[in-house]
Amino acid sequence: MSYILIRKPGLLTTIQDIGRYGYQKYGVCPSGAMDLLSLKRSNIIVGNNIEEGVLEMTYFGDEILFNVNTIIAITGADMQPKLNGKDIPMYSRININIGDTLKFSNAVNGLRTYLSVYGGFNIEKIMDSKSTYIKYNIGGYKGRRLKAGDKIYLNEKNIRAFQGKPVYIKNKALNIGIIRVIVGPDFYEFEDKSRKDFFEKEYEITESSDRMGYRLKGEKIIHKKSPDIISRGLPIGAIQVSGDNQPIIMMSDRQTIGGYTVIGVVVSVDINKLAQMKPGDRVRFEKISLESAHSLLMKEEKELRELKENFQDDKPYISNDIKNFKVEVNGETYNVSLEDNN
Amino acid sequence: MVKVITYKPYGDKGILIELGKEISEEINNRVVIFSQIIEKENHSHITDVIPSYNSILVIYNPLEISYDDLINNIKSLEKKISKIEKNNYKVIHIPVIYGGEYGEDLEIVANHNNLSKEDVVKIHSETYYRVYMLGFTPGFPYLGGMSEKISTPRKKTPRKQIKKGSVGIGGNQTGIYSTNSPGGWQIIGRSPLEFFDVKKSKPLLKPGHLIKFEPIDEKEYIRIKNMIEEEKFQAKTSLLEETSK
Repeated sequence: MSYILIRKPGLLTTIQDIGRYGYQKYGVCPSGAMDLLSLKRSNIIVGNNIEEGVLEMTYFGDEILFNVNTIIAITGADMQPKLNGKDIPMYSRININIGDTLKFSNAVNGLRTYLSVYGGFNIEKIMDSKSTYIKYNIGGYKGRRLKAGDKIYLNEKNIRAFQGKPVYIKNKALNIGIIRVIVGPDFYEFEDKSRKDFFEKEYEITESSDRMGYRLKGEKIIHKKSPDIISRGLPIGAIQVSGDNQPIIMMSDRQTIGGYTVIGVVVSVDINKLAQMKPGDRVRFEKISLESAHSLLMKEEKELRELKENFQDDKPYISNDIKNFKVEVNGETYNVSLEDNN
Repeated sequence: MVKVITYKPYGDKGILIELGKEISEEINNRVVIFSQIIEKENHSHITDVIPSYNSILVIYNPLEISYDDLINNIKSLEKKISKIEKNNYKVIHIPVIYGGEYGEDLEIVANHNNLSKEDVVKIHSETYYRVYMLGFTPGFPYLGGMSEKISTPRKKTPRKQIKKGSVGIGGNQTGIYSTNSPGGWQIIGRSPLEFFDVKKSKPLLKPGHLIKFEPIDEKEYIRIKNMIEEEKFQAKTSLLEETSK
């Protein structure tokens, strides 16, 4: 059987796809990759549908043994991936042989790394999605983070691919990031000074930040009357300000209903940026219009189309004649595969 | 009465539709009906329709439709709201075992309100509660209609784990924990029913439903629990006319 084995787990590794939509009315949040752009890129590079489920690793990655001949792609934060001890490039197609070990270390820039395999993982969809919602054990691999000894099966085996034209994408390390915001439905429920401060002062990401939400600290944001509103739906990126007068940005595993005033909503393209920022990093909010936010989304969509075009001449293929060997040279074992082209 | 519906952008993929300024059954009825109308249109560019007390959050894909076009589409559906007259309510009957190990805080609620435990059970189970919305956690119903005679403050220190199906009181509200979760409400009983079926992707309760708690004993609790495991149990439902409510 074709699977990957988690030899040593990372800090927080889960299966995530594009997210679980249509169930927020029942209180089920979308989950999905925190950095959706990196998820989409990893799927495009490896030759998958854009929404396919991949591994999302957080801050420190896993050690993975492959029991399958396949191809992979790695995107997002640079966790210094090593294949059988040798550095491998990110944003590339990599051929993997049975017996290969892929090892990730800590993220040297960014926070979250995405590992896609061709054809995706053989994971049952729950409510139309492979995403893991850890808090309530919904979806993904047994509803939880991956542990040592977990075997995750793949849908396809014996896959080979040419590299495709090289792409140059690098996750920029952002210690201070500009996060663009559309003003929220309760913007005028805040004091004049606070509405100014919010867009002028820096806010720091605190330790209490996770897949559910990012808690920030900085200049107090003061309500004119009360922090409470009649509870209503919460979109991703909503910046709630509760009674402690500090902003909380709602992320992928947020609750679906919220009862605090919302000063603004982070635009979709900057959610990806934020997902790569970590406690201690600082953000400055910048007000933009709805039209500008939509132009940014269209620009991102265009870039993804171009990435797809870059790989479309070199489609992955099934090779049933892959023979795997173990070769010992000077006491070290190498996994070698030969492809019979006759 | 003029019923103006307002539309606001809520981020670059959301539209907030407000149907009123307060929590009332009438406004919530319109919320429930309008969100069903929007969903029935089945627009592929709408990914989520999230009804709440007095508003609806619509999530859309701006790469497929512009904000203005979508609002115009939705506005054209407003006239359908009045055509659907709501005059009866679906009632879901929720069996509950009160007190004992299933409701450890029943005595606290009784003492706080100078009532006997039996009185608390009687008051809690004799009214109809409205499901205003679902959210917070999967399948969690926001209920309205609890008598103030049994209101009790939340616990100072929340419990780390409350079993799913637990029925609690927190201040002026009552609710059912639809999943195992931490929580600070006073637990007065437990229902054997499943409130969110992950496999079938379905909550037991829907916004606009009424619920009525029905006291049961331990024997009945175990009987229902077993039937649910064998997938042979169907929650009892009935219809209630508006005039009799």
